[in-house]
Amino acid sequence: MRSLLRCKGDRMINRWFIKSLSRVMGFLMLVMVTCSHAGEAELATHEATLIKAKFDQKAQIIESWYESDRQQAVQLMEMMLASQLYYHKKQQRLYQVVDAKKGATAQRISDGEAVTISKKRDFKRVSINNHLRSLFRQYISEAGLSSPQPEQRLAAAEAVLGNTEPVLMATITRLRAQETDADVLAAFDLVLAVANLQSEDQTQQQAAINILADSLQPASLNALNAFIDTHPASSLLPVASKAVSKIKGKMKFYGNLETLYFGLSLGSVLVLAGIGLAITFGVMGVINMAHGELIMIGAYTTYVIQQLMPNHIGLSLLVAVPAAFVVSGLVGILIERSVIRFLYGRPLETLLATFGISLILQQAVRSIFSPLNRSVETPTWMAGLIDINPLLSLTQSRMYIIAFCLLVFILLLAIMKRTRLGLQVRAVSQNRNMARAMGVRSEWVDALTFGLGSGVAGIAGVALSQLTNVGPNMGQAYIIDSFMVVVFGGVGNLWGTLLAGLSLGVANKLLEPWAGAVLAKILVLVFIILFIQKRPRGLFPQRGRAAEG
Amino acid sequence: MSKKRFLKYATLVAAISVSNFAMAAETIKVGVLHSLSGTMAISETTLKDTMLMLIEEQNKKGGLLGKQLEAVVVDPASNWPLFAEKARELVEKDDVAAIFGCWTSVSRKSILPVVEELDSVVFYPVQYEGEESSKNVFYTGAAPNQQAIPAVDYLMNDLGVERWVLAGTDYVYPRTTNKILEAYLKSHGIADEDILINYTPFGHSDWQSIVSDIKKFGSEGKKTAVVSTINGDANVPFYKELGAQGISSADIPVVAFSVGEEELSGMDTGPLVGHLAAWNYFMSVDSEANDNFIDSWHAYIGDEERVTNDPMEAHYIGFNMWVEAVEKAGTIDAPAVQDAIIGVSVPNLTGGLSAMMPNHHISKPVLIGEIQDDGQFEVVSATNGLVVGDAWSNYLEGSKDLIADWRAPLSCGNYNVKTATCSGQNY
Repeated sequence: MRSLLRCKGDRMINRWFIKSLSRVMGFLMLVMVTCSHAGEAELATHEATLIKAKFDQKAQIIESWYESDRQQAVQLMEMMLASQLYYHKKQQRLYQVVDAKKGATAQRISDGEAVTISKKRDFKRVSINNHLRSLFRQYISEAGLSSPQPEQRLAAAEAVLGNTEPVLMATITRLRAQETDADVLAAFDLVLAVANLQSEDQTQQQAAINILADSLQPASLNALNAFIDTHPASSLLPVASKAVSKIKGKMKFYGNLETLYFGLSLGSVLVLAGIGLAITFGVMGVINMAHGELIMIGAYTTYVIQQLMPNHIGLSLLVAVPAAFVVSGLVGILIERSVIRFLYGRPLETLLATFGISLILQQAVRSIFSPLNRSVETPTWMAGLIDINPLLSLTQSRMYIIAFCLLVFILLLAIMKRTRLGLQVRAVSQNRNMARAMGVRSEWVDALTFGLGSGVAGIAGVALSQLTNVGPNMGQAYIIDSFMVVVFGGVGNLWGTLLAGLSLGVANKLLEPWAGAVLAKILVLVFIILFIQKRPRGLFPQRGRAAEG
Repeated sequence: MSKKRFLKYATLVAAISVSNFAMAAETIKVGVLHSLSGTMAISETTLKDTMLMLIEEQNKKGGLLGKQLEAVVVDPASNWPLFAEKARELVEKDDVAAIFGCWTSVSRKSILPVVEELDSVVFYPVQYEGEESSKNVFYTGAAPNQQAIPAVDYLMNDLGVERWVLAGTDYVYPRTTNKILEAYLKSHGIADEDILINYTPFGHSDWQSIVSDIKKFGSEGKKTAVVSTINGDANVPFYKELGAQGISSADIPVVAFSVGEEELSGMDTGPLVGHLAAWNYFMSVDSEANDNFIDSWHAYIGDEERVTNDPMEAHYIGFNMWVEAVEKAGTIDAPAVQDAIIGVSVPNLTGGLSAMMPNHHISKPVLIGEIQDDGQFEVVSATNGLVVGDAWSNYLEGSKDLIADWRAPLSCGNYNVKTATCSGQNY
């Protein structure tokens, strides 16, 4: 009975429910349709004008679009920043194109239809200039403030730091109340603190100064300085000044850390360039003026490998390391067997001969490739910044180069100390005649040592191709530095080369902000000249009767 | 030998020598003085090829004054004293009617005494620092008021830049240009602490601390820009470091005066998008003259990927001006050509005309372009009309009273309008 009654009542409720549900659904559908139509209407009105507009007009169009349909506007702005928004010249419609070439797909913005590009010249990119780029970034970060992902909210909050516009402040205050993520909360507080510095309430100002004093963002320092300039009679002046000096102290400390990092990375480049020379100079006393060109050959090997593997740029670098070692090593052995072998004990002739070989190698590269520089790409895993704090960001590529340098050094040390070849090399460099008497084939050792030194130069070339331009003159820039490192560190000694390279790099970077790049280099050279007067054999001189003789 | 045979041989020899003599007399020699090896080879080899192409095209049109043109190419190998020697060789030994060459200001200053002594005609196609006007040189490249000053105007007015970093390579061109720009900025009320000037040696490869300083200089709340007169190879590691330290063109834009399509072809331009350059010509300019030039260049060099750049356009303009001046004067003699060429107007590659002024500079439009990720430039600003090259900058004490006017009666490269004297020193 009860069930029957319920059924009846339920049916009544059901009918009412379905009726109201259908009404709501109908209403929602209407809203959705109007919204999408509104979106479509927005697109229709703006599409044609956006295509034809000049840069300032584009800014106005996007601004009004942002007011009416924020989501679509942000989508389009992101596409334009990524150079992915194109228009069809004849149809005058907007398309999203990821890779503009024949056969690729273009997606129409208005209805999502995908088209295959038959002729690249049918499509033209919607171009933007720097002013539009910064405008778009501003809008995107404002929209990002209410994004569902905390990283996007954090990035947006950091991007608007320094902006004290009242509407923005109101938005942030409102969002802050609902914020759950601690980092984003701190970022919001910082943004509000910058605005609160200009408020009338002293307690608010004091709280703001305390928040800003702990922050390391440059915008905080600017805000505090502006506060001190505009409120010379405020009682909070000593507190603000203390905050400024606290921030400045931290800036100096992190600045010094950064200079140390720069010095180590420059030093690691010097070590990589010089370590091959330390081996050849140390063992055979051969002054190899073609050492820079061996570095260049390693860099060109990287270029060639990148040309052969255009879709695997990241892998190409790892393949290039052994390839460059082999190529440069072979060229080194060739030079040794054909020219240097006949000039042992005659350092001046060796100098001249190797200088001539360097010119030959340079012109050979110029003829084979071209006199122009070649572009070597940096793989994505190497590019980027490691942000330790807002004052200290370390470039990833340099970090990899430092690690790579240490790896090469350890490997070479292992070869020298643990392998048979290393033993023979050390024996020949300490006392050649005794080693020969012991059955070591000194000519073979010479050739292999030269090959090893040249191979290491090739590996240095792979690393340098990521930092500087790859051209026929690349070697000339590094030959002087290599000799500097070897002479300062002591010929033939790997530890000497490491220490010399790193210390010269750090010294150069310490002097640079103070004396300028040109003078810093001159001062370092003068220092080395004076050092050589005192210790002619360098930091870690070679031992052994032949060496001392 | 029989008399008949002797006569046969004699006529053969006579015929050959006469034909040789005739052929030798049929050509007008044009000297090409560009480095084909050394550090400047990457920039100058293209200009040698451009000159050869222009000469070949002129010969197809029938040559000049009824004779064919012959190119005499020498390689001064980026060695400045060798430029002077080669210039002397071209004029004295090869008897060239005109020299098209040089790139760095150092090389140009090296050949000045030689070409003035021998009274030759030189066309210099590269943007430079001004402060010079020689009777024997025609400057088809940009003077500072045709490149540097309009670029700074664009940054100041269109982008609202208030803090300036002037970064350059350490030699005469950046030093003089930065002196002019510093005076210009100060005359517009920019304070000393808002200008940071920095010089680096040629080929400087470690930019970490300098870029970090630029970042710090630019984070003090005012819009900052870098005006770069960095030349040559050092540009690559500079831009790489800017990208590595995360400085985008929207944060701190860099406007360069020595970076063109050729230099970009050796770089990964992804991180450079949005940075600027100021020139009088870009390969991306839409004009019929430009399309024709690019087509013939690609046909000549046999490579569709090769780019064109501003110095190539300067040689195009200079060569056509020289041809027209020679036809006007009816002779290749230097003094006659020097008189006839003033006022000559030829089409440039951006759709207008360029004319040779009495101060031996030409009138050109100024274009500011943004780097795109394919190594081309997108023009974002252009002067309304042509800008006449000013040899003596109005912003430097020693030169604002000077003008150059090589027409009679002045015939002076550095005439002081205040004291009404010609300084007597031939530049």
